[in-house]
Amino acid sequence: MQLIPCPWCGPREEAEFHYGGQAGVAYPENPAELDDEAWARYVFFRDNPKGPFAERWVHTAGCRRWFNAVRDTHTYRLMRVYR
Amino acid sequence: MTVEQSPLAAFAHEGGDVRIAEIPFLTQLDLRLDPDGPAFPAVAKALGGELPTAPCTASRLGDVDALWLGPDEWLLLAEPGRQRELEVLLRAAIGEEHGAVVDVSAQRTALSLAGPAAREVLARGCSIDLDPRFAPAGTCVQTLLARTGVTIVVQEERFLLLVRASFAQYLAAWLVDSTDGAGR
Ligand SMILES: [Zn+2]
Repeated sequence: MQLIPCPWCGPREEAEFHYGGQAGVAYPENPAELDDEAWARYVFFRDNPKGPFAERWVHTAGCRRWFNAVRDTHTYRLMRVYR
Repeated sequence: MTVEQSPLAAFAHEGGDVRIAEIPFLTQLDLRLDPDGPAFPAVAKALGGELPTAPCTASRLGDVDALWLGPDEWLLLAEPGRQRELEVLLRAAIGEEHGAVVDVSAQRTALSLAGPAAREVLARGCSIDLDPRFAPAGTCVQTLLARTGVTIVVQEERFLLLVRASFAQYLAAWLVDSTDGAGR
């Protein structure tokens, strides 16, 4: 099983974690002013790169903290994790 | 009248190289606190020692065990029946600062695992390396044991397992199964 390095607990099995999607998706500053298409883009549209991708992960079965990771979507290698 | 009954009442296992027993009704308080805030030293003073800030460790503070659960969260373990007294003590120390004390004693029960084959039994369902070189006494990990969320505290001469009440019977049965052939 792949090990994911929790920035608090250290390397743990992948089964202890859950995925939280793309990192750094900012909440709209004026959500009431968004039209349907802009709102849909915020809610559903995400980058889908082949290569490094900044993601959110949570150490569900461990310290239960959310953290950020840069993962290569092609090799599954976690290049960096940070709090 | 209500009668207190622990999740593993009447359970005990003593087989050759492993001894497993429930430690029921421990006082368990969840403490949220900013480790850099002014209430942190106040709580240290009240408990007679500083809460552990190194991930995956536990400290004995007087007659309370403080388990690191996260960068701003601890689980305090004490003898049964000390909930009120400790809550009052901690709330007084926190005062008006940002923090929370919650009685979670009913959430989990505790199991003690001792004997020369205890580590081998755990290794059958847990990916954490509990070799004393990597997990000396004072280590405290939250992880999966046989797919069940547990907190494992490494103490002198024994492991303390904390498991959610509704998973306790399953885990106890799994532990007993896993003692088969261990230590040979
Ligand atoms: Zn963690």
